[in-house]
Amino acid sequence: MKKNDWILLGIVFAAAACFLGIWLLKPESEKKQVEVTVDRKFYGTYRLDKDQTIDIGGMNVLVIENGQVKMKEADCPDLLCVHHKAISKDGESIICLPNKIVVTIHGEEENTVDGMTN
Amino acid sequence: MKNRAAYFGVFTALALIFSYVETLIPIQFGIPGVKLGLANLIIVIMLYKGTVREAFLLSIVRILLSGFLFGNLFSIVYSLAGGVCSLLVMYILKKRGTFSVIGVSIAGGVFHNIGQLSIAMAVVETVAIGYYLPALLAAGALTGALIGVVSDAVLKRTAKMNLGQ
Repeated sequence: MKKNDWILLGIVFAAAACFLGIWLLKPESEKKQVEVTVDRKFYGTYRLDKDQTIDIGGMNVLVIENGQVKMKEADCPDLLCVHHKAISKDGESIICLPNKIVVTIHGEEENTVDGMTN
Repeated sequence: MKNRAAYFGVFTALALIFSYVETLIPIQFGIPGVKLGLANLIIVIMLYKGTVREAFLLSIVRILLSGFLFGNLFSIVYSLAGGVCSLLVMYILKKRGTFSVIGVSIAGGVFHNIGQLSIAMAVVETVAIGYYLPALLAAGALTGALIGVVSDAVLKRTAKMNLGQ
């Protein structure tokens, strides 16, 4: 391995650490919401602190439990989203590419429709 | 010239076998897109042993065949984005000569993941997916380094072999 190779390896890891740092340093909001979009369209928001099971258009099943979100079932062939670890932090997401489903955790916004109906 | 065609067939077969072996590895890393990329070993060797055009052709043929055999249409699109992006960067770096095979392979691994992530961002139109970036960068560098070390060893041992001019 040449010296330049090590420098390249170092730069890549430094960049990865920087991006990781940006994610980790973002302030955590206490009341978080789970936002689901299907094919770029808004599908719904759900409270993270309430245990529930959500059926997304008959394609995927999302489970919110103990402040963590996990994709339980999916009808896509690769099941990457099902194997994805449970998420709980602001900004984290589970993405199902074949079904174009994006599940993201956000800090709570005030007076959303679901905030009231829940 | 006919030797060259035969060699290309052998390389394609090898790349396909590696793609198959890859699907047999049952480990899931919890992050989509993180895998060894064994088939890239053949692509890297082709890049050094053959011409760029052959390496590109091999990469695309490999992705299409393995995509239809073991994957689906989605995996083909993402693999193509990653494969082309990675090969382009590897070719440029190889030509500049700043890095050894290992460095070129590391850059290839990293840009493979960057290419795939960019397509994924375009498809779902969200930057939230950028959450994967740190893990994908590190994973790309590690797998790239592994593939690079093996490529280096293979290239040293096959230094006398040429693909029939």
